[in-house]
Amino acid sequence: MRFKRIGKQSILFNHPPKIISTASVVGPKEGEGPLKETFDLIIKDNLFGEKSWEKAESKILQEAVRIALEKVKLNREEIDLFLAGDLLNQTISANFAARQLGIPFFGLYGACATLVEGLILGSVLIDGAYAENIIAAVSSHHDTAERQFRFPREMGHQRPVTAQWTVTGAGAIILAKGEKGPRITGATVGKVVDFGIKDQNDMGSAMAPAAADTIIRNFRDTNTGPDDFDLIVTGDLALIGKTLAQQLIEREGYILGDKFTDCGLLIYDPVQDTHAGGSGCGCSAVVTCGYLLDSMKSGKYKKIMLVGTGALLSPLSILQGESIPGIAHAVVIENFI
Amino acid sequence: MVYKNSRLDSTRAQSSQPNQEQEYQKMVNKLKPNPPYLRNALAAFSVGGFICALAQASINLFLQLGLTTHDAGTATVVLMILMGALLTGLGIYDDLGKFAGAGSIIPITGFANVIVASALEWKREGYIFGVAAKMFTIAGPVLVYGIITSALIAIIILFWG
Repeated sequence: MRFKRIGKQSILFNHPPKIISTASVVGPKEGEGPLKETFDLIIKDNLFGEKSWEKAESKILQEAVRIALEKVKLNREEIDLFLAGDLLNQTISANFAARQLGIPFFGLYGACATLVEGLILGSVLIDGAYAENIIAAVSSHHDTAERQFRFPREMGHQRPVTAQWTVTGAGAIILAKGEKGPRITGATVGKVVDFGIKDQNDMGSAMAPAAADTIIRNFRDTNTGPDDFDLIVTGDLALIGKTLAQQLIEREGYILGDKFTDCGLLIYDPVQDTHAGGSGCGCSAVVTCGYLLDSMKSGKYKKIMLVGTGALLSPLSILQGESIPGIAHAVVIENFI
Repeated sequence: MVYKNSRLDSTRAQSSQPNQEQEYQKMVNKLKPNPPYLRNALAAFSVGGFICALAQASINLFLQLGLTTHDAGTATVVLMILMGALLTGLGIYDDLGKFAGAGSIIPITGFANVIVASALEWKREGYIFGVAAKMFTIAGPVLVYGIITSALIAIIILFWG
């Protein structure tokens, strides 16, 4: 058997796991954005029939899992493992979704990089034959994130120009063995990188060095470059962070050009008043589960690198004067025809 | 001990010399757009001014109704707080704040807004540990330092006034 590890931080799978099903559920604001046609379900209000925003977020996550299962006619009993996370303290959205689903569960936290973290772990377990079917899923919710990290919803204040808008939404991806279709062929596990940014209203700048580090690491480990990919897409660097990451990567001699984009920029229209763009676990998840994988299936992209980007801050660490560490994980997804 | 000598900075083991951080901060500053200062200042001035004019009108009205200057001021404060709270509950004050910034935060209506917004937000966690415990999380510092300042001023007046 070939050794699956390559370079310092990367993996190449012997039998790349296939993405057999995806589902995305989003809130009303995302449902008005440019990708509205690509989502499976657009909920009408942020409470989704629940008594609190936290309960709604957990329900959105369950709904994404339910739709993903329904698409391939799988039962919950046929899923070996549920890998999920979210942004809330003690990852309650994922934990309570797992309570309802009754699938063996690992709760993950990698801030907004959690989906890719789940995809890497899930792929490793499937390639290693430790599991047959795995669901990787994440959620975020604008209102739950605002109240945990920032201010009450009804407080009158101006958001800074660098601020990003937490996506209300959840994405679920089912991984299994398979031949044709989009498959995860490789991955790079990122390091925590911190360049000393302390402004919690500018998380794109805090995460950009981590994203650049992981992308460059992947190129070096696998001996590839931007030309080997049809698209390199980060999770939620948004306007400023994306430009910074691009500058950092191009400084190392890799010219990304217009192959480089960001889910936080794709999800909203600039007229939606979200300032720098989208953020949150749900941001990369719903864009990947909808637009990106649809584009792969239609043949628009054959090989992409998806880079989940997380800002590892807490409201407490900010008050204690800590800077914001960033993390980024990458998976390479290829379409097999 | 090994640990004492090796500078094990638990928080930033991974990073980066200070000059790398400075260089990166420069890159960030170059890209960060400025807020629209003029628009913000004009919006803050006009909305803040309008709220103050409204309060003045209320003082005049109370004076005409026969209240003393002191009582007219107190009644106006009560009225303004009521207005701020009501507009928060109706979901209007957050939109006003988004437009006016400091113009609607600084007047006493803004103070009412942060308390009522916090109270509303924490209703689902119950009336004791939710609403009552959390309603001052943002307004608390204003109260604490306001009360301390007033006490200090009282002491100054007591001895030197």
